[in-house]
Amino acid sequence: MANALQADAITVQFGGLVAVNDVSFSVPEGGIVSLIGPNGAGKTTFFNVLTGLYKPTSGVVRLGDEIITARPPHIIAKHGLARTFQNIRLFGLMTAEENVMVAMHSHMRSGILRTLLKTPHQRREEAQAHARARELLDYVGVGRYASEYARNLPYGDQRRLEVARALALQPKVLLLDEPTAGMNPQESAAFVEFVRRVREEMHVSILLIEHDMSVVMRVSERITVLDQGQKIAEGTPDEIKSDARVIEAYLGKSGVEGGR
Amino acid sequence: MARHTSIESTSNRRWAIGFTAAAAFLFVLYHWIVPNSPQPVHDFVQGWFSNANTNEMIVYIIMALGLNVVVGYAGLLDLGFVAFWAIGGYVAGWLMSSFLGNFQINIFGNPAPGLEMGIHITFWWVLLLAGGFCALWGIIIGAPTLRLKSDYLALVTLGFGEIIPQVFVNGQDINGFNLSNGTQGITPIDPIKFFGFRDLGPFDLDYKFVIYSVICAGMVMVSLRLRSGRLGRAWLAIREDELAASMMGVPLMRTKLSAYAVGAFAGGLGGVVFATHINGVFAERFNFSISIIILAMVVLGGMGNVWGVMVGAIVLSWINGIGLQQLGNTINTTFNTDINFPSFNFLIFGSLLILMMIFRREGFIPEARTRLVMHEHDRDNEEVQ
Ligand SMILES: Nc1ncnc2c1ncn2[C@@H]1O[C@H](COP(=O)(O)OP(=O)(O)OP(=O)(O)O)[C@@H](O)[C@H]1O
Ligand SMILES: [Mg+2]
Repeated sequence: MANALQADAITVQFGGLVAVNDVSFSVPEGGIVSLIGPNGAGKTTFFNVLTGLYKPTSGVVRLGDEIITARPPHIIAKHGLARTFQNIRLFGLMTAEENVMVAMHSHMRSGILRTLLKTPHQRREEAQAHARARELLDYVGVGRYASEYARNLPYGDQRRLEVARALALQPKVLLLDEPTAGMNPQESAAFVEFVRRVREEMHVSILLIEHDMSVVMRVSERITVLDQGQKIAEGTPDEIKSDARVIEAYLGKSGVEGGR
Repeated sequence: MARHTSIESTSNRRWAIGFTAAAAFLFVLYHWIVPNSPQPVHDFVQGWFSNANTNEMIVYIIMALGLNVVVGYAGLLDLGFVAFWAIGGYVAGWLMSSFLGNFQINIFGNPAPGLEMGIHITFWWVLLLAGGFCALWGIIIGAPTLRLKSDYLALVTLGFGEIIPQVFVNGQDINGFNLSNGTQGITPIDPIKFFGFRDLGPFDLDYKFVIYSVICAGMVMVSLRLRSGRLGRAWLAIREDELAASMMGVPLMRTKLSAYAVGAFAGGLGGVVFATHINGVFAERFNFSISIIILAMVVLGGMGNVWGVMVGAIVLSWINGIGLQQLGNTINTTFNTDINFPSFNFLIFGSLLILMMIFRREGFIPEARTRLVMHEHDRDNEEVQ
């Protein structure tokens, strides 16, 4: 199967610290895969390389056929890589609807002149963007907050809003950084269904970082395990469950499984 | 509860009506009521709310709305906004006077009799040219500096605001070319043709007020329309969280530059308007304190909120223009003191800014959004989790 996203031999160094060490990794088209590992393993750093925030010390990232290594984040986003953040990073003092509309920026055309003149094209584009934003808000289940400032939303709904915003980019690959953090078991279970639905209905491939093992094991088709920047295992949930090195990484060293 | 959609649609017509009503009232006041009033009323209005000061107020509103795009919408600090005021003023000086005497160009211009040499272009075109020229300068200064962190950006703009007026102060002989006429300035400026039937010279303050109000209304409209569109959302997103914005597909450089360009364009408009208002361009008037006053208008009024910024501009330009002087005179005569109140101008504005920053960073008429931002502890933008 073709890969939607492929990272080859990524290494990231911060001064002396090697946060990601020679990690290769891929997301198959239409797949749901997970990246797990103890705290500080380098998962978020890996995401930051994929999305262009960090320039890797070495390695290549491909999105489809396109090499996107170290290209500016907004270009990578436009090419179809969207993400959510471990610590929610919404535009707090913009409405939920506007948050989603910001992510449509690269798919919209109207510049200063068209906006000032309110040309038919601009008005149509705005109307479509509004409508699409409402759809997405409803889709993730926060439609009733459309006109509310993002930061006034309940925590769980802020996470949902982040997903809606990411989907507004019309991504090919969706990166979710600990999307169930702070959710209770029922919400997490519902989330598993939600991720599957998004994959089907939005035609995206999904890569998630997740600490909640029940979520990881239920939703992932493949799992990659990082520990101290190294890839220590890769395989199906069943293989990972019984992998000695994984068990050691989680229990033997830090014992943080299911942490936050 | 925030209802953003109501901000853009319903109030659109209401503000236009309110603005027109206010402008019409002031015009009638200055054009008809005051001249036909008994002397004490006349003196009172001209003393406390002179039409010269009202026109200057409009200049400040235009400038403040421009800076609001940069500071209030996009969240970029600019400490040298006076530079655009100066550049816009000189564009008017060059293109609406007999100063550049080597040329003899007249494009719908309106030179006073006997001053036909030089370049004379119609006021409306000069507005656009000055705005465009300033926007270009905004991009020139912004392109290399907008990558900097905000502290450095503030320093660079501060320097720009210092250097540009100095260039004009010393610009009477640049390799033999007289750019600015040095400290003597460029004067007179061509009268504006008032819709074709009247020349508006230095004393037609009431008719000029109408024209300036139209320009100001245009700037309000620009502010509101851009805010509610694609670009405005991108500006706010950058203000709220630059990194997240870039990962949602917003090109940071280009979007910030456009904020700079739009702000600078408004600065140019303000410069032209001011030049026609005082009938000249004088380099020494463009000093740092103006940048600070305009910034104070934006901050005081509630960053990002068009109406708040307008109120901030009205109040502060009044204090700066005549309010302080008049209050001082009243106090001096009442208590028989001899205090030079206007000399405390900077002290007052400086303290006000500092106090605002400490106690009411969101301004007196804040947008709900700024209030929340300002009272939140600064987020760490460095490490993305
Ligand atoms: N910008 C940075 N500068 C220096 N060190 C960094 C930076 N970003 C991350 N690190 C370090 O890199 C290592 C990996 O961090 P990262 O955030 O990727 O871990 P993680 O797997 O996402 O952990 P968690 O489960 O806690 O989110 C950590 O030691 C962290 O301190
Ligand atoms: Mg992390």
